[in-house]
Amino acid sequence: MLILAIDTSAVASAALMSDDAMEGVVGSFSTEDTRTHAEVLAPGIEGLLAEAGVTGADIDAIVVGVGPGPFTGLRSGIATARTLAHVWNKPLYGLMSLDAVALEVAESTEAPAEFLVATDARRKEVYWARYTLTAGQLPKLVDGPHVGFAADLPDLPAYGAGAGLYSDILRADPDFSEEHPDALYLGQFALARLEAGETLLDSTPLYLRESDAQIPGPRKRAL
Amino acid sequence: MNRSQPLVLGIESSCDETGVGIVRGTDLLTNTVSSSMDEHVRFGGVIPEIASRAHLDAFVPTLQAALAEADVKLDEIDAIAVTSGPGLAGALMVGVCAAKALAVATGKPLYAINHLVAHVGVGLLDSRPGGAGDAGPALPENLGALLVSGGHTEILRILSITDDVEMLGSTIDDAAGEAYDKVARILGLGYPGGPAIDRLAREGNAKAIRFPRGLTQPKYMGTAEEPGRHRYDWSFSGLKTAVARCVEQFEARGEAVPVADIAAAFQEAVVDVITSKAVLACREHGITNVLLGGGVAANSRLRQLTEQRCSAAGIRLHVPPLDLCTDNGAMVAALGAQLVMAGIEPSGIGFAPDSSMPVTTVSAPAPQAAQAAAV
Ligand SMILES: [Zn+2]
Repeated sequence: MLILAIDTSAVASAALMSDDAMEGVVGSFSTEDTRTHAEVLAPGIEGLLAEAGVTGADIDAIVVGVGPGPFTGLRSGIATARTLAHVWNKPLYGLMSLDAVALEVAESTEAPAEFLVATDARRKEVYWARYTLTAGQLPKLVDGPHVGFAADLPDLPAYGAGAGLYSDILRADPDFSEEHPDALYLGQFALARLEAGETLLDSTPLYLRESDAQIPGPRKRAL
Repeated sequence: MNRSQPLVLGIESSCDETGVGIVRGTDLLTNTVSSSMDEHVRFGGVIPEIASRAHLDAFVPTLQAALAEADVKLDEIDAIAVTSGPGLAGALMVGVCAAKALAVATGKPLYAINHLVAHVGVGLLDSRPGGAGDAGPALPENLGALLVSGGHTEILRILSITDDVEMLGSTIDDAAGEAYDKVARILGLGYPGGPAIDRLAREGNAKAIRFPRGLTQPKYMGTAEEPGRHRYDWSFSGLKTAVARCVEQFEARGEAVPVADIAAAFQEAVVDVITSKAVLACREHGITNVLLGGGVAANSRLRQLTEQRCSAAGIRLHVPPLDLCTDNGAMVAALGAQLVMAGIEPSGIGFAPDSSMPVTTVSAPAPQAAQAAAV
């Protein structure tokens, strides 16, 4: 099974994953910054396909991180994934983006039995979720995703760039304090869950916040 | 690539319309539009985040509908064109990412197109009565374009639709359509403001009140020989404030607000200053044909006065059918086809959407050309 995974909930990343390949990875790329998704994503995917010598016809499914994440960046990945899936006529699945960091934590040697993943939600808030871990199993989402202030999070070890930003408040793991959700882990997670016969999400974005638009009140009269 | 009668698919997402249009050369095959306008009504104006969310969900269904209506398969398309600016940044991003994915998935060349120039390009489509294309698939000589919508108000000179377009004047604050929306809110007329005010204005006396015409003082205008800084520019924010003051004064005196008169006087102020400055710009730049574009082209008084003043100045006015005046994908496809036919190279997939893309950039240059220009 060959999967194209895309995540733009923080940085832009994409990965080609296959159960035939070593560690599942056929190829991957990710950007450093969080504001150039529209420029880099399509060329990145094109390069990935060319390097691996595969075409759309070879891909079995597309997986996209559905956030939470800053809206404009998040949409760039979902718009890309939906369009590719439509044109190639392939199944499209969504995965909660924080799951990517959770898997990365689970694969590290000192992973605790219960932990938080937090990413930057801007406006002094974080996107976060709580996971539990049993040896030899995929991390299990037990609460979230939510958006909120770091000070209001449960007192647990916290992983990801959102934890790093508020390391004065959270029990941030320094090794993970700059980690963003990456399509590489997202794709691995998806591959494992699809093979276990589990269902994934659809590609509906998890905005968690309203559009911020205010319905204007009645105009004040002069008298 | 077929460069004589290219089959081009155009994508538009710069404001609240998700549009996909398909043309073959200058023949329009489909103009499919999905609008999120209804979702903005309760806010009294376009909310960018709501528009962006709607674009994401509307794109694939709109694409499917367009291909079905045109009876075209993606394989057959020669090129893809997408609005890359100007427009709302988050809204542009959705269309641009979708277009790039379409280009990656199909291997078709992609053109990143200027939205304003695309409004002019629509005039090149054949077999649509009233369009500039009624003279054949070529734009008339000495062409200008007056674009009036909720997002923009501009007067352009088009020397070549594919590579030589000049901005003569534009609004320095609100777009005309935005001013209509804000004034409609002040008058309690709902959204969108344009049709509501246009309707009510017919019952009012436009001469009952005189509202200011922005940027018409001599210091802004200068002379033909020594033009002032804003000779062909507009400003509508002062007008909006004047309407608010006027309403407040009636209320403060405990009098009924003459809503129809205010609507008529406001509309007259907008239309008067738009048409007089546009015609002035045309006369002083040898423009003898003007294409009217943008959603406010639907406004009856704007069309009437533009026709009147153009004909008095010996200028021929072209008004495309209204569904091609408002934002749509067909205009993007139409301009894309012109670029293909002119042998212009595609933009590639590395460009960034540009919310303030200048009209001098008709399409984003191909990567090699962009590199050469940067050296
Ligand atoms: Zn427009």
